[in-house]
Amino acid sequence: MGNNNTAVVSAAFEQLKAAAQQKWEQLHSKPLILVGAATCGRAAGALSLLEEVKTELQKLQLDATVLEVGCMGHCYAEPVMVIYNEGFPTICYGYVKEGVGARIVRDYLTEGDPGIEFALAAIEPNDFFPTFQDFPRGVYENKIVMEQCGFIDPRDIDHYLATGGYSALVKALETTPEEIIETVKASGLRGRGGAGFPTGVKWETCRNSAGDQKYVICNADEGDPGAFMDRTILESNPHLLIEGLAIAARAAGAEKGYVYIRAEYPLAVERVALAVQTAKEKGLLGKSILGSDFNFDIELFQGSGAFVCGEETALIASMEGQPGIPRHRPPFPAISGLWGKPTVINNVKSLSYVPYIINRGAEWFRSNGTEKSPGTAIFALAGKVVNTGLAEVPMSTTLRELIFDVGSGIANGKNFKAVQIGGPSGGCLPEEALDTPIDFDSLTKAGAMMGSGGMVVLDENDCMVEIARFFLDFTQKESCGKCTFCRLGTKHMLDILERITKGRGKPEDIDMLMELASKVREGSLCNLGKTAPNPVLSTLKYFREEYEAHINEGRCPSLMCKDLIAYYILPDKCERSCDACVGSCPVEAIYDNEDRIKVINQEKCVKCDSCMVACPPQYKAVIKVSPPYKVAEMEQERGKK
Amino acid sequence: MRLTEEEKQAAVEVTQAILGRLDQGDKGRIIPVLQQVQSKLGYVPQIAMEEVAAHFGVPPVDIYGIITFYNQFRLTPPGKNQVKICMGTACHMRGAHIIQEAWERRLNIKVGETTEDREYSLERVACVGCCTMAPVVVINEEVHGKITPTRVDGLLFSHQLDKRKMKEGDANNG
Ligand SMILES: Cc1cc2nc3c(=O)[nH]c(=O)nc-3n(C[C@H](O)[C@H](O)[C@H](O)COP(=O)(O)O)c2cc1C
Ligand code: SF4
Ligand code: SF4
Ligand code: FES
Ligand code: FES
Repeated sequence: MGNNNTAVVSAAFEQLKAAAQQKWEQLHSKPLILVGAATCGRAAGALSLLEEVKTELQKLQLDATVLEVGCMGHCYAEPVMVIYNEGFPTICYGYVKEGVGARIVRDYLTEGDPGIEFALAAIEPNDFFPTFQDFPRGVYENKIVMEQCGFIDPRDIDHYLATGGYSALVKALETTPEEIIETVKASGLRGRGGAGFPTGVKWETCRNSAGDQKYVICNADEGDPGAFMDRTILESNPHLLIEGLAIAARAAGAEKGYVYIRAEYPLAVERVALAVQTAKEKGLLGKSILGSDFNFDIELFQGSGAFVCGEETALIASMEGQPGIPRHRPPFPAISGLWGKPTVINNVKSLSYVPYIINRGAEWFRSNGTEKSPGTAIFALAGKVVNTGLAEVPMSTTLRELIFDVGSGIANGKNFKAVQIGGPSGGCLPEEALDTPIDFDSLTKAGAMMGSGGMVVLDENDCMVEIARFFLDFTQKESCGKCTFCRLGTKHMLDILERITKGRGKPEDIDMLMELASKVREGSLCNLGKTAPNPVLSTLKYFREEYEAHINEGRCPSLMCKDLIAYYILPDKCERSCDACVGSCPVEAIYDNEDRIKVINQEKCVKCDSCMVACPPQYKAVIKVSPPYKVAEMEQERGKK
Repeated sequence: MRLTEEEKQAAVEVTQAILGRLDQGDKGRIIPVLQQVQSKLGYVPQIAMEEVAAHFGVPPVDIYGIITFYNQFRLTPPGKNQVKICMGTACHMRGAHIIQEAWERRLNIKVGETTEDREYSLERVACVGCCTMAPVVVINEEVHGKITPTRVDGLLFSHQLDKRKMKEGDANNG
């Protein structure tokens, strides 16, 4: 075991751990209230809930601790709060609106009334109230990386230490780098940044590359415009990633690491920076870690808002102070990366599995998921699904189970239409593909991609041409411009799609799109360009009739494309005197006709949707029609009556 | 945009303070330095780029190339309040373009512009990671979720009220 002194390392660690555990026990010796305050919790009012609870405790003169924690994944129910009350079940509350938080705390802590009507579930099994495991979601969920998210204070390293944190690093210090690599290889861990490359192999390549100076980089650039898994992990449990990165460094033979993190995630930047600093203070980073011969330091690098910089060679270029333009691979970064030195680049999630794999073993990891894709998949469920948020499920769970059981199906009683997976490089899968198991290979075969884990559920009101246009618009703007086909081919495709969504498509456009798609795919250097046509190809494959309706009839079947719809007030349904729509219209386009029924002046209407939202649900008098000329027809029809 | 001599002087001072004694050969510091300049000044003026170029011994055009490549950098000063509309997938599918138009109408500017009084500027951002609250708008650093066109009015209104209150507070204290 090298010249590490095991006794020194474990003594130093035991001391840190004992102190942390003592603090942890003290924390749980009185009532404890956790408030989920990751970015999305904050947007839902978590910070005022925090204040409300503190004020209430003061008022009642109760001795309890209130902590700001990260996210458990139940984003749909934000703000979320958990209460530990000695002698009572620990309960997680959701939708804790203003005033409710204080009430729950008061009732539970002073009278033992848990306020069941606000509870989502209990945390541990008990005789009174179901736990998360008792719901369909709990049947599928299997948290590894997210296990501690939302239960520990991300700003307190002692919470991480007390719950087993950094013990994998100690283990890694006590074995050889080769053994670490063997374990990770045996676990079958594949990179979660999109490509699914075996993590252990990457580390080994870097270790075996010539030179003393090596680097490890955590890719936290999360650029997929519908994904937020990495952000949540960074905000909820930053030490997990730091421990994973340190183990990667020890394995690969690096003494310097970077976390490349999106500047659009200020809270994550703040929490990771603090975590790095406190880890240094505890001797878990820096020179001679825990008294061993291993030196490792981490620095943060903030990404400057270019999607292509998530691509590893572009990321390296930007760290070297250049525009983020990908270069040809090979050589792969593991052989020649940052400043030409061997460099391991791994995604946040990939690294976050590592401490668990080291602690629990390769076999344990393989007991989850499939032969070729072991472990779990972490998805950010967004769009028209009831339970939006984060879900960690074993690989091989089907899309249907994920959307309909974990996500509780489609919101507002609408019908499922498609699910977009893998972001700008991925595709849209329809109803008939829902039984596809989630793993790297099956999703690719179905025409989508594992990607980074963004999953946007679309319902009958979402236009498939528009979603394809949206992604192409994104990739086209984000193309670094190096390859002609990526730059101009995507632009040409975008022009066609824009024409179609505006009702000016031509019958030959569909063939043209297919042809351009294969050219862009072949003529691009990096995966941004290579995969850019995927959203178009998958929607063409499964929803061709929607393209045809736009092109041949000037009709948007989902009533989404602005140029192909008009707003209309159904005279028979309008209540006349409520006037809600009139006040909501920003351009005064709604007027009274002789019967005081509201009518929309189509010339003035800016299609802002306000009247449709404003019209009370018991009337639902405002509708959208497509093609827009139907309004004239309907008005004429009425005139005849 | 033309800067006054004082503004130029201030920009140079800020940039030099950031550059400090940074290793001139460490090109990896270029982008972090530009980020810090922007966080201090709100944008990166030409003169600051020249300063940075001289320090690291690279042609100014390379620095300009970096500034224009990355979406994060601004070449002109932003408004006092920055309204950023999320244009990520989830927000887009929940009507972000309608929200964008509502802001454009209310502020009477287009995305990428600043109001005449320099109070507000309007920008688009990629996903801010709150997709479950879509559509999302970030005002300064604060995230607001589930925005509707009518809430745009409300947000603007409460924002202006807050400012009035703050002014009154100042007057009372002073
Ligand atoms: C256009 C583009 C964007 C990418 N964005 C990311 C990203 O945001 N995060 C990420 O981890 N990987 C991203 N990747 C993949 C990286 O190039 C690289 O494969 C990954 O970081 C390796 O880590 P892993 O092996 O742990 O997956 C992107 C790739 C491309 C082509
Ligand atoms: S495929 Fe596109 S993004 Fe990738 S290197 Fe070529 S031009 Fe740049
Ligand atoms: S809001 Fe609806 S019911 Fe009320 S006046 Fe307008 S159209 Fe009629
Ligand atoms: S539950 Fe709050 S960020 Fe997800
Ligand atoms: S798409 Fe808007 S916050 Fe993610």
